[in-house]
Amino acid sequence: MISLTLNYRAMMGRAYPRMVGVLREPSWILFDILLPLLGMGAFIYYYRAMGAPEVYTGFVVLGGAMTAFWLNVLWSMASQFYWEKETGNLQLYLLAPMSRMAVLAGMALGGMFLTTIRAFSTFILGFVIFDVQLETSNPWGLVAVFLITMVALYGMGMLFSSLYMLYGRGAWHITNLLQEPIYLVSGFYFPVRQLGFWVAAAGSIIPITLGLDAMRQLMFSGPEVDPFLPWQVELVILVGLAFVYLIAAKYALAYMEHLGKREGRLTLRWQ
Amino acid sequence: MANAIEAKSLTRVFGGNKGKKPLTALDSVDLVVEEGELFGLLGPNGAGKTTFIKILATLLLPTSGTVKVLGHDVEREAQAIRPRINMVSGGETSGYGLLTVKENLWMFSQFYGMPSNEAKRTIEGMLELFGMSDKANAKVRTISTGQRQKMNVVRGFVTDPDLIFLDEPTLGLDVNASFIIRSYIRKWVKEQSGKTVLLTTHYMAEADELCDRLAIIDRGKVLACDAPAKLKRSVARDSTFTILTTPCPCISEIGRIPGVKGFSNRTDGSNEEVRFVLEEESVIADIVSFLTSRQSKIISLTKTEPTLEDVFIQLVGRGLE
Repeated sequence: MISLTLNYRAMMGRAYPRMVGVLREPSWILFDILLPLLGMGAFIYYYRAMGAPEVYTGFVVLGGAMTAFWLNVLWSMASQFYWEKETGNLQLYLLAPMSRMAVLAGMALGGMFLTTIRAFSTFILGFVIFDVQLETSNPWGLVAVFLITMVALYGMGMLFSSLYMLYGRGAWHITNLLQEPIYLVSGFYFPVRQLGFWVAAAGSIIPITLGLDAMRQLMFSGPEVDPFLPWQVELVILVGLAFVYLIAAKYALAYMEHLGKREGRLTLRWQ
Repeated sequence: MANAIEAKSLTRVFGGNKGKKPLTALDSVDLVVEEGELFGLLGPNGAGKTTFIKILATLLLPTSGTVKVLGHDVEREAQAIRPRINMVSGGETSGYGLLTVKENLWMFSQFYGMPSNEAKRTIEGMLELFGMSDKANAKVRTISTGQRQKMNVVRGFVTDPDLIFLDEPTLGLDVNASFIIRSYIRKWVKEQSGKTVLLTTHYMAEADELCDRLAIIDRGKVLACDAPAKLKRSVARDSTFTILTTPCPCISEIGRIPGVKGFSNRTDGSNEEVRFVLEEESVIADIVSFLTSRQSKIISLTKTEPTLEDVFIQLVGRGLE
């Protein structure tokens, strides 16, 4: 069989549970849309109380919507292999002939589909409730930045997932370590350049930092946008990050699988 | 006939680093399984059965020795092996609870590249064979343990592998579910040419009923390997007895009585059933004396035909439970 067909089918097979999850677990409407709106509301009212420019309301809504992707990458992408190992799925994935990257791509595709619906719903609600003013000058540029950010971000998730395949709970600390600081370092609710060039540069290792900065430039106008780099440059860097993370994920996964087979850590002890 | 499995001096050691004591799970195992065989691995928990299967299934590397599966080396040619194998473990909880039985099976079939419609047709047919048609659209989290295990067995066979590893596939199942699974396994391997099953179990009757040949394994070593009938004949010259007695706290001392080659015991709380393999029948008198001198009341004493359990007792010196 052509390996492309096998891997395509494997990817769609793995994406399927996440795609149907949207319909079968409607609790996400409360937990992933309405609750984040409360957090966004808090930031918006802080900004308004401080007399911040109105465009900051838009920054918060954009950051709030994009938070869903970050959390999805951390908890449903990077750490997914830990859960898969616990349920016995991981050994069935590794037993099957498809590329391991196909499984990860399926997880990413399903995750992106699910999270895009959630993020878009949050964005629309935030847009309406908080009366956000958009000035989208280049919609195709915005779409390109969003898509490349997703590929780079989920590529990073794939890289992290190889760690979870082997280290399980040990890698949990990495997730906890990454979750909260990124809201600051990646400038989820404000222009990241305000942290200074070098902090913004370091934060750019996480693709969502550049993605958010570029999207702010393409969705809002005025000096408050305060870009870190021109969005075109950020797009090129994001393309580079996407390649680096995907290739690194492929090799890291192969290495971790070999190490896991040598040390007997790919399957549960009782199985 | 070609070999489906060929292990030479296979050893697998776990741990041994950071000051931990190494554990030898498999110790210089030599084993050949021919294509078309229904081969059993019989041994107690911790004997090394699952480790052996994991190595064959390319999930674990040997520490030393070589293993070929379907003519390919497990370490260097795993990619050539994987499309042709599958595995089912007892008590497996794989899949996703929010998917239906049919959807879960379809998902796993996609990992082997089955065309979607062909996979759906095969799944429907197999669910019918397993009496699961009415559960095809039930979410996996709502079905019983037995139904879940039948689904797992369907998952293993749906990709039509040349070699399937069944690791305690009927573990914890009721009589009916076990019967359906055993019947299917037997039919699958007998009605198709070149299909091979490697079954691990610690149910003696299951091994006896299903396997063309079996290996008895304990503490990582293969102690015997032959057809069940031949293995049983090997202990036919010994005497085997079963005694049902009231609980005896000193039961372990029976092994020290001269002429006792091995014994196993199991209790139901109120009585104890002890099975002996003896060098000669006269030794039974010493055992009766031993039990009565310790205030145990003998309820029944039966001379029995040798079973695989007796083979195991003779080889290992203790029972499987």
